[in-house]
Amino acid sequence: MFKPSALSDWTLFILFSAAILTMPIWLAPLGANYPDLMQKFAIFGIFAIGFNILFGLTGYLSFGHAAFLGVGSYTAVWSFKLLTMNVIPALIFSVIMAGVFALVIGFVSLRRSGIYFSILTLAFAQMSFNLAYSVLTPITNGESGLQLTLRDPRVLDAAAGVAVGRSLPSTNLFGLKMSGLPGFYICAVMLIIAFFLSMRIFRSPFGMMLKAIKSNQTRMAYTGFNTRPYLLAAFVISGMYAGLAGSLMAVTDPLAGAERMQWTASGEVVLMTILGGAGTLIGPVLGSAIIKYAENIFSAFNTSELRQIFDFMPDGLQQVSVAVSSMFVGEAWHFTLGLTFMIVVIFLPGGIMEGFRRIGGLFRRSDAKAGKVESSAAAAHS
Amino acid sequence: MTDKKQADTQVSRRNVLKMSAGAAAISGAPMFFTRHAYGADYLNNPGDASSVTLGFNVPQSGAYADEGADELRAYRLAVKHLNGEGDGGLMNTFKPSELKGNGILGKKVEYVTGDTQTKSDAARASAKRMIEKDGAVMITGGSSSGVAIAVQGLCQEAGVIFMAGLTHSNDTTGKDKKANGFRHFFNAYMSGAALGPVLENAYGKERNAYHLTADYTWGWSQQESIQASTESIGWKTAQNVLTPVGAGDFSQYITPVLNSGADTLILNHYGNDMVNSLTQAIQFGLRDRQVDGNDFVIVVPLYSRLMAQGAGDATKGIFGSTNWHWSLQDEGSQAFVKSFGQEYGFPPSQAAHTCYVQTLLYADACERAGTFEPCAVGAALEGFSFDGMGNGPTEYRAEDHQCFKDVLVVKGKENPSSQFDLLEVVEVTPRAQVEYPVDHPMFDGGDLGTCNNGV
Repeated sequence: MFKPSALSDWTLFILFSAAILTMPIWLAPLGANYPDLMQKFAIFGIFAIGFNILFGLTGYLSFGHAAFLGVGSYTAVWSFKLLTMNVIPALIFSVIMAGVFALVIGFVSLRRSGIYFSILTLAFAQMSFNLAYSVLTPITNGESGLQLTLRDPRVLDAAAGVAVGRSLPSTNLFGLKMSGLPGFYICAVMLIIAFFLSMRIFRSPFGMMLKAIKSNQTRMAYTGFNTRPYLLAAFVISGMYAGLAGSLMAVTDPLAGAERMQWTASGEVVLMTILGGAGTLIGPVLGSAIIKYAENIFSAFNTSELRQIFDFMPDGLQQVSVAVSSMFVGEAWHFTLGLTFMIVVIFLPGGIMEGFRRIGGLFRRSDAKAGKVESSAAAAHS
Repeated sequence: MTDKKQADTQVSRRNVLKMSAGAAAISGAPMFFTRHAYGADYLNNPGDASSVTLGFNVPQSGAYADEGADELRAYRLAVKHLNGEGDGGLMNTFKPSELKGNGILGKKVEYVTGDTQTKSDAARASAKRMIEKDGAVMITGGSSSGVAIAVQGLCQEAGVIFMAGLTHSNDTTGKDKKANGFRHFFNAYMSGAALGPVLENAYGKERNAYHLTADYTWGWSQQESIQASTESIGWKTAQNVLTPVGAGDFSQYITPVLNSGADTLILNHYGNDMVNSLTQAIQFGLRDRQVDGNDFVIVVPLYSRLMAQGAGDATKGIFGSTNWHWSLQDEGSQAFVKSFGQEYGFPPSQAAHTCYVQTLLYADACERAGTFEPCAVGAALEGFSFDGMGNGPTEYRAEDHQCFKDVLVVKGKENPSSQFDLLEVVEVTPRAQVEYPVDHPMFDGGDLGTCNNGV
């Protein structure tokens, strides 16, 4: 992990899978081992991995990826409403639908690069948000969010003779309910598959092509490559990842709201990727986990809990500590996040992964291999 | 040398592979087998613990943040009173009551809070955190019907009781009603039924109404209710325009009203949206206009003191309805205003009132059921009749978990005596006039389903 070139991809993959699957155990001391948060870790991990395929490899910064997340969610909920509560069709249709959307938006947006590309994607995402929020209310149910109802047809379930009770049915994988830990495990398996695919893309000639686009697109064009198909493919793949993440959100909690498509959601995945380390394999997952952890744990701290934490201090000091630290938790967690992000971007432009590499580098320098590490770090960077 | 080193790495790599795969299998396995091993008969059973946790899920940001802040104050006060601190507030006037002031069933009441951000996604996430991580046995809150319905659905699925806070949409106890969800607050249909006769008296039978409606479940259902009620007194409906929640600037929606030929503007907005749309409507000079010999009037069907405070002078003379108002003179209202005022220095809003009452009702139902088990608590609440909570005699109807009680029609005061004395009660509409059958078309299409204990 500290020195990508030295660790075989397979070892990395196995370690990653093990870490993901054992999350319920090692997250316990952090107070984060409850299913909903672990599902979020996995889902946003997929989202960020997908985003990283576009941004990390090609350097094209999309500010509209939340649109694909939303499309995935809506498609999944419609699949639950119209077809069946089984999650498999929902996952498949969501990925396809998000891919189609990405194809259309990418086809137009990729005519430009740099800031113009970012603005175009942002505009498309904002358009999608407004469509979902107010214009397409019959399809999206607007601000109330698309929800399951008792009157949904669910044709496949009906054909299979699944009895409709008086309560809403739950999403399931051939009978296994998708709430709680089973829901987490399906997200975790999807994350591992997503990670594996991303790893293969990074190491493939196609990935190399994308990296070449990032380093110098003009040179690529001069050597006779038409870069746009590669870019479009990367854009569609990363859109499909977002669709998968969106559908998993609906699988674990069958409700789709327009706010998922808002620009803040698009911005969040950019933060996750950069915080963790754009262009690295693990970084985006790490970044998304840190942000979701902060959002769920830090934001829930209130003054009475802080008082308990600083209980050991004398009275006056305790009050000061509570007053100071309450500026960083609770509703103010965004402030903490912003601060962390600034520090990372200023001092560790490669994100947390660069921090790890530097720490690793310190140890290796004594082995007189510093030069090699530097160069490998730089290679992974560019 | 080089070869040997390579061989070494390969062996260790294989070992790493084997070991990590083994570790993953072993450590992952218990997760599958222990999940249903807890012997609890319902989710988050406090068992022998000395305390019980309630989850307060309110908007702390977004268009309804003011309401959310006041709701949280009320919840804190209710917890205090339940634990036997403070002056006891409504516990002294609530009857019949089994509350003893020693917590609930002898367990000290503790609470966790969450921010719904007035968004369904965020609200469900924070409710899930409170249920899964903090072990909350009941979730309460609201201040947006969209959010309340989403969280109510979640609580039904998870298997905890949901005591709805401020939610006014017909759907909460209509087509989206759930066996685990209960609502004390009144609803849009009741507002319409109460406002109709008052509007007829004040403005006559010949009016042409233009609706601006918040574009989500609450706005839709309130608009439908008010339109039905005003059309039954002979008014016409010129147009209904849907506006996004939290729009901030409503001028683009208000300009067309001027040329529509309508002489009445009905604002189906709430919270900051209502403050903004009403203020802007006044700034556009709507109320100084005359249309076909009629003075132009504005109606805000769902009113609250917090909104009146935000909109200031704009609310003078404007009709609306409310669930409760602090100026009521009955014993219960007085007791609540007194203890809330002592704690925070100003009178409570209707949102605070309904949230406080819901917490007490839940605690009392637990005492009567002798357990926190959701199905037993639900059964204790169904059909429960009580008094002394500030709304007069009230009943939790068993068929749809909606409270039935009198409704207040209020009007913005022309000469307020203080910054809180902004609304005057025009009429107390009796319960009989706002009651409706369970299968009323505006409420049809839902099913309570069966109650869920979560295991």
